[in-house]
Amino acid sequence: MMVRNQSKLRRILTVDFPVALILLFTLSPYLWMLLTSLTQESKLFTEGPSIIGATLENYIRLFATVGFGANLLDSFIVAVGTVIVGLALSVPAAYAFSRFRFKGRRLLMLQFLVINMFPLVLLILPLFILMKNLGLVDTYAALIIANSTVAIPFSVWMMTSYIDGIPRSLDEAAMTDGCTRFGALFRVVLPLCTPGIIATGVYIFITAWNEYLYALTLGGRSVKPITVAIQTLIGEYQVEWGLLTAGGIVGAMPATLLFLVIQKRLIAGMTAGAVKG
Amino acid sequence: MTVTTAPPVPLARRVLPLVMLSPAVLVTLAIVFLPMVQALWMSLHDYVLFRPKNFDWVGLKNFISAWNDPVFWTSLRHTVIWIAITVPAQMLLGLATALLLNQNFPWRGLARALVIIPWALPSVVIALMWVWIYDSNYGVLNDLLLRANLIKTSIPWLADPDTALYAIILTLTWQGFPFFAVMILAGLQSIPKSYYEAASIDGASQFRQFWHITLPGLSGVLMTATLLRVIWVANSIDVIFVMTGGGPGYATYTLPLYAFIKARTGLDYGYGSALAVSFTLLLLGFVILYLRRAGRNIA
Repeated sequence: MMVRNQSKLRRILTVDFPVALILLFTLSPYLWMLLTSLTQESKLFTEGPSIIGATLENYIRLFATVGFGANLLDSFIVAVGTVIVGLALSVPAAYAFSRFRFKGRRLLMLQFLVINMFPLVLLILPLFILMKNLGLVDTYAALIIANSTVAIPFSVWMMTSYIDGIPRSLDEAAMTDGCTRFGALFRVVLPLCTPGIIATGVYIFITAWNEYLYALTLGGRSVKPITVAIQTLIGEYQVEWGLLTAGGIVGAMPATLLFLVIQKRLIAGMTAGAVKG
Repeated sequence: MTVTTAPPVPLARRVLPLVMLSPAVLVTLAIVFLPMVQALWMSLHDYVLFRPKNFDWVGLKNFISAWNDPVFWTSLRHTVIWIAITVPAQMLLGLATALLLNQNFPWRGLARALVIIPWALPSVVIALMWVWIYDSNYGVLNDLLLRANLIKTSIPWLADPDTALYAIILTLTWQGFPFFAVMILAGLQSIPKSYYEAASIDGASQFRQFWHITLPGLSGVLMTATLLRVIWVANSIDVIFVMTGGGPGYATYTLPLYAFIKARTGLDYGYGSALAVSFTLLLLGFVILYLRRAGRNIA
């Protein structure tokens, strides 16, 4: 519409070129890290990172000497656990928010919203004391519980907006045809919002995978997610940037890939609440 | 269980939503609200973790110590600078990005997909790659600036107290502007195209169209996104913690980071909680503003 009358050259100058600049700013730190990780450690300080003579040496060394495998597994268990807890609690709650009007609904919805607004420090100190008293420090349970404090409120809101998008007339029709309310929930609403459930699950997975401060505070020797492992690497191998950047690439890979796959739906869900503002 | 649609509302219909909500509500009460009350409670006590038996009521002593603590004021000043630069920078960059990505060009889909990548990266990895970029000996930033003759000698960006905070602010801007871009892009799509058509028939320039149609149309989204960002940027301490740990000296301390370090390395949970509570109270104004906006949208 705005572009219709512009010549192609003008478009390239005013749109394509600035977009390319912004993408350069966005992607170059990541690409620089990738390039560094593919460069031989010895060449890094003499010639700098370079694509010529790219090698997977740093990655091999990462898994052989640092043992990243166990950390990846820890992150995976914590993230999947958080997804299960988050979805199991938030889907019924979201259904109730979407399909019923009752006293205190507004207040309860705001209660879920306010949780994510509170500073993490306010929560992390008492949670550590709580886990210590329960003997849960350095267990998967501690990290899953801590991550759920972020995951539950967010997914309640995200799922509510997805279920809102499914016409009420559909579950009413099912109930008129003799379905109970639970029948309508399981046979009509849940199948229809499967994409929403997947998107919410992926979002929870990514945030739990990327989470660092809870992992640092509540983890330990036996449960050490990848983010903490990377930070430990920074302390131990200060100048071995080939190894460090390889660790960064591996640690970021699962979340980045998942994100690219599910992106469209995720963004729709993330912005659904805010656009109405 | 039978459900009828005829009034009066059957008991099942009134109880069912509460039953479905109770697991989520009870769990959040147990793992969010109770701990918060406990943090408030701790802040009123002398509680140092290497003397766990001592839990003495001291009233507001921790808060008075904070008031007299120069590091508290330094951290508060940094927090204000931190928000006041990061959020507007993210917003302007996000707005420009969104306006560009809303134009028609052949690789728009790809550009939209790529621009949000920083958001999906773990903050530890973000910190790691920027520490490498800022490295004083081999970092690419110094290398580029030296080659362009903009500086004479390498600058230790993160080790110099004068530049460290701003270096981290650039990192945070990079991390957070895609969020603005995505939110604003969604907002742009909700502005009816007919407004622009009418305006261009009346001969309004592109700038006037932007000023009189786009900006007013976006004001709601901009306000909501800014409030959210202020709260999140203020809270975010993981990138600073990995990049500098608050140093050099106290040069990159923000208030929540100070609270975290006080408890983590000083094991002083009483004072740490008091700092966290003070910070929360300072932030409360923004939280309330945001909640009021969000509350209006609940149908």
